[in-house]
Amino acid sequence: MGFAIVPHRGTLAGGSFTHRMIQSVLVANRGEIARRVFRTCRAMGIRTVAVFSDPDRGAPFVREADEAIALDGSTATDSYLRIDLLLEAARRSGAAAVHPGYGFLAENADFAQAVIDAGLVWIGPSANAIRRMGSKLESKKLIAAIGVPTLKSIDLTGLADREMVQAAAEVGYPVLVKASAGGGGKGMRIVDGPDDLVSAVRGAGREAEAAFGDDTMFLEKYLRNPRHVEIQVLGDTHGNVVSLHERECSIQRRHQKIVEEAPSPAVDPDLRSRMGEAAVAVARAVDYVGAGTVEFLLADGEFSFLEMNTRLQVEHPVTEAVTGLDLVRLQLLIAMGEALPTNLLNADLTGHAIEVRLYAEDPLAGFLPVAGRLTRFEIGEGVRVDSGVESGSEITVHYDPMLAKVISHAPTRSEAALVLAAALQSASIHGTVTNRDLLVRILRHPEFLAGETDTGFLERHDPAELGAPLPSTEDATHAAVAAAMHAHQTRRSEADVLQTLPSGWRNNPTDPQITVFDGSAGEIAIGYRFSRDGATVTIGSNSPVPFAHTVEDDTVTLEISGRRRRFRVHADGDRHDVDGPTGHTHLVARPRFPTAAANAEPGSLHAPMPGKVLDVLVAEGDQVSVGQTLLVMEAMKMEHTLRAPLDGVVTSLRAAVGDQVEADATLVVITESET
Amino acid sequence: MQTLPTHIDRSSDEYRSNRAAMESKIAEFEELQATARLGGGQKYIDRHKGRDKLLARERVELLLDRDSPFLELSTLAAWGSEKPLGANAVTGIGVVNGVECVLSAHDPTSQAGASNRYSLPKALRAQEIALQNRLPLINLVESGGADLPDQGEVFLSGGKWFRNMTHMSRQGTPTIALVFGSSTAGGAYVPGMADYSVMVKERAKVFLGGPPLVTMATGEESTDEELGGAEMHSRISGLSDYFAQDEIDAIRIGREIIGHLNWRKLGPGPTMGADEPVHDPDDLLGVIPADLRIPMDMREVLARVLDGSRFEEYKALYGTSLITGWGSVHGFPVGVLANQRGVIFSEEAKKAAEFIQLSNRYDTPLIFIHNTTGYMVGKQYEQGGIIKDGAKMINVIANSTVPHIALMAGVSYGAGNYGMSGRAYDPRFVFGWPNHKVAVMGPKQLAGVMSIIAREAADSRGMPFDEEADDQRRALIEAQIEYEEQAYHSTGRVRDDGLFDPRDTRSVLGIALSATHSAEVKGTAEFGVFRM
Repeated sequence: MGFAIVPHRGTLAGGSFTHRMIQSVLVANRGEIARRVFRTCRAMGIRTVAVFSDPDRGAPFVREADEAIALDGSTATDSYLRIDLLLEAARRSGAAAVHPGYGFLAENADFAQAVIDAGLVWIGPSANAIRRMGSKLESKKLIAAIGVPTLKSIDLTGLADREMVQAAAEVGYPVLVKASAGGGGKGMRIVDGPDDLVSAVRGAGREAEAAFGDDTMFLEKYLRNPRHVEIQVLGDTHGNVVSLHERECSIQRRHQKIVEEAPSPAVDPDLRSRMGEAAVAVARAVDYVGAGTVEFLLADGEFSFLEMNTRLQVEHPVTEAVTGLDLVRLQLLIAMGEALPTNLLNADLTGHAIEVRLYAEDPLAGFLPVAGRLTRFEIGEGVRVDSGVESGSEITVHYDPMLAKVISHAPTRSEAALVLAAALQSASIHGTVTNRDLLVRILRHPEFLAGETDTGFLERHDPAELGAPLPSTEDATHAAVAAAMHAHQTRRSEADVLQTLPSGWRNNPTDPQITVFDGSAGEIAIGYRFSRDGATVTIGSNSPVPFAHTVEDDTVTLEISGRRRRFRVHADGDRHDVDGPTGHTHLVARPRFPTAAANAEPGSLHAPMPGKVLDVLVAEGDQVSVGQTLLVMEAMKMEHTLRAPLDGVVTSLRAAVGDQVEADATLVVITESET
Repeated sequence: MQTLPTHIDRSSDEYRSNRAAMESKIAEFEELQATARLGGGQKYIDRHKGRDKLLARERVELLLDRDSPFLELSTLAAWGSEKPLGANAVTGIGVVNGVECVLSAHDPTSQAGASNRYSLPKALRAQEIALQNRLPLINLVESGGADLPDQGEVFLSGGKWFRNMTHMSRQGTPTIALVFGSSTAGGAYVPGMADYSVMVKERAKVFLGGPPLVTMATGEESTDEELGGAEMHSRISGLSDYFAQDEIDAIRIGREIIGHLNWRKLGPGPTMGADEPVHDPDDLLGVIPADLRIPMDMREVLARVLDGSRFEEYKALYGTSLITGWGSVHGFPVGVLANQRGVIFSEEAKKAAEFIQLSNRYDTPLIFIHNTTGYMVGKQYEQGGIIKDGAKMINVIANSTVPHIALMAGVSYGAGNYGMSGRAYDPRFVFGWPNHKVAVMGPKQLAGVMSIIAREAADSRGMPFDEEADDQRRALIEAQIEYEEQAYHSTGRVRDDGLFDPRDTRSVLGIALSATHSAEVKGTAEFGVFRM
């Protein structure tokens, strides 16, 4: 092989080129990446234009843009994937350039072309480069042709079932079924033997069709637990292409990266330079302009080309951290026609950076995405947070449930890991379940700290264990004490009368004040009593123990058995989110009095007064929904309609047409449906 | 306002012996309260809980706002009698849904919550407090009715219970009955007279006559539920305004009723700084003399009761046996009268009369701290018009309309008790420390007086005086008075509103003052004719 980093055309700095000033940028994207691009634009004095779907109307990226244009619709297909609407938004806002972010239309050649045809600047590679790299099949052929190693793969287009099985045998099991247009783990299946092959191809094909509108599939040799190492490249319009070195993104769940870092613990300077040269060659093969990523699989010191992503990557911040560069700025400069600065030729690596992707998902339930209101979202100092959400944001089912990327940068890898773990552990992330505790446990895992990262990490280590709450049962109990103290303080400070009297004062002492919380570890009953002889707390059925506490705003300091710890409590009615020294505990205080609804005799409908049944509209066993008319009766010359109080099944019908019924006679019993 | 200094010496013998005596008194008192808390005893508590019922104090606790204070009244009613300590009831002042209320609960574990000769005055006293201070009254009803052997002492005055309820209703002070169990015969009038009645499903039983009585009277066969069940009263008779699914639901409804009242207190509420005293109230135990013949330094007491230990003394150099002045407790401004040296002379009586008039002019509640042996006797004082001056003091006390709170701190003998707004003068509250004593005079004095009178009678009849019999009689009388003057004796007979640990004085007074502010706090300029 032997690739040259030195450009063979043009010069790095200076020279003649067309300079196009970009004074406004529309980001055809949403969330964190829109905010990320805007941040650099603002720093460069460039006007920012957002586009937004209906669910994003109140999102921070919309608010922070200088101008925002509404797209109709809620789904991505109706909004962020509508080329016509995006171009119209650019026209109306007078934006000079379009940044596609990642995802949505970022790697859509038609969109790139349409932007260029509309006379706007496309911040990205040419439509042709996108198209050639977008087809995983074509790109592999192209790359194989220039001598960069690739994994064996076979196109499945037009193959019959039998032929597919043959093809798989040729590649050798396990094989990976992949969508040519795929990405982000969608349209991808691992197949271990011929039995599952055809159904895997079909299933992945349907997924690819739905996600990318293209069901072209191919087979590829599947490597067990390789490392995923990628090279960031930049190309300018002067023919310069440089490598900004590698990122490792081996730790994945369902083929989705969740921990990314730079540099890779598995890459030494020699390998770095070889992979860099290969990546530059790949980019050159398509005359690549802009920021792109060449992905490789690394196993046993050998790397094979996987694909090229013709856009800014989600994980670009780790490269920014270790190189000190602003990749969005460089994208903009390249789009303006500037040549890459000479100092990029040998960008130094400083320290180590790690990024984690914080998702609203439940690692204990197969990483199921979770929707809901993010009541509080605060991550402390010392780390970079690229996020599309803020306290109060609604997490909807419409988009990817990624809440934020959190990035640490430190002199060494283990420092970076520990700093990031600590920042995540102490962050206030309330309202939805997240993968935070899983991420913290990964970052502190001996294997991770030893640099033994590969794509099989989460197969070797049970996500349910890694994702279990960080606080121990005792920690959760103390969190409950903190929540009880916070609630107590709130009640006392809001008391209308006798506010200055000692809390819970009794001249004839009785039971302690008790609050029962429900948490992930079950029921926790906290009793406390303040008296002249000091405060005591009773946990569950244990004996009371002395304790001390202070409450200052949301901070509760507890000292129990000589151990002093600080908790931050965020209470919203009965819901308490407690951030303690070991992490977050969510607790719901049981109300002292069950609600009135819970006390009503469920499902029984009684005659409101004596009268005659005129009509019965249901039969036993019928499924009824709330508000549905069940029965009509006449009493005192008035017609009364009885409606279903809940969704359920009619389990008992005790009236027939013409029956004379007494007041309060039970006429219908409905048993609530299991939901 | 001046911050009171302190001069106590914790290492002095006096402090230490006072403290030791008071600590043992408090231990004894706490043990009595613990006994009272057990109501009818563990066996009956277990049986009651076995029926899935809440104890009286559990009902009260659930009714109260979380973390709010509760001042239980007359905890040791029935002390010294054969009746259970606490007199089968729990009464007190607490906060329900942000509103201070009087709670009056039967204790069904204790003689089935029956009303005996101590329960009745305890309950009536709670009503009186509700009525006088305009506090909503919540009755937590579950009682077997009158304690029949005591009928002679409870039947006639028992009717006052219902009369008070309708007077409260007329005054616009709501009464609520939460019926958890039996409330029959006369007891049926509790929900009957209440503005709001709540009955617990399958538990409440409210009728004038039960099935056997009905069978006897009319031959009709009937069941408890037909005669007085919660369903019947909620759906047919309409005596029940709210049908509760269970006890907890009834308490929830009770809280909601209070919540809808849109209750506004009529007093101005706390208006001054409510900071803790500068001096530690714990030291009260060393300040209170173990031997009540030794005067108590009331400035040391006030320094541990008043907000920030601040006290503005009125006429500090005149009539120095009685301290008068202004301060505040939990932010409520108060005028204080405290006996610094037991005896009340003419100067003290006149000073008190002036001070109380001033407090009335400016609507300031008064706190009387008792440690008095009465008005001074003797030729010089009688000739100096001690009766006229005492009359001035009693005149203003009797006619004063600002709230009075009497605190029995030491002794309270003779007309001194009246002059310091004792029970007969209808103060809003009378509280006592467990060490206090109250009587017409000290046991020795009383026995001595009796002996002198007997001797004079014998002399006048020319009979020989039996010294030995006199000694025996003196000892007997002395023992009787020593027993009767005890704090337990008067609190047992509901002659006060309860005893408490001296270190709780601030809290007790704070709750009581706040309660008085539920009604209008208004002084008067109208008094009887003063003897000049």
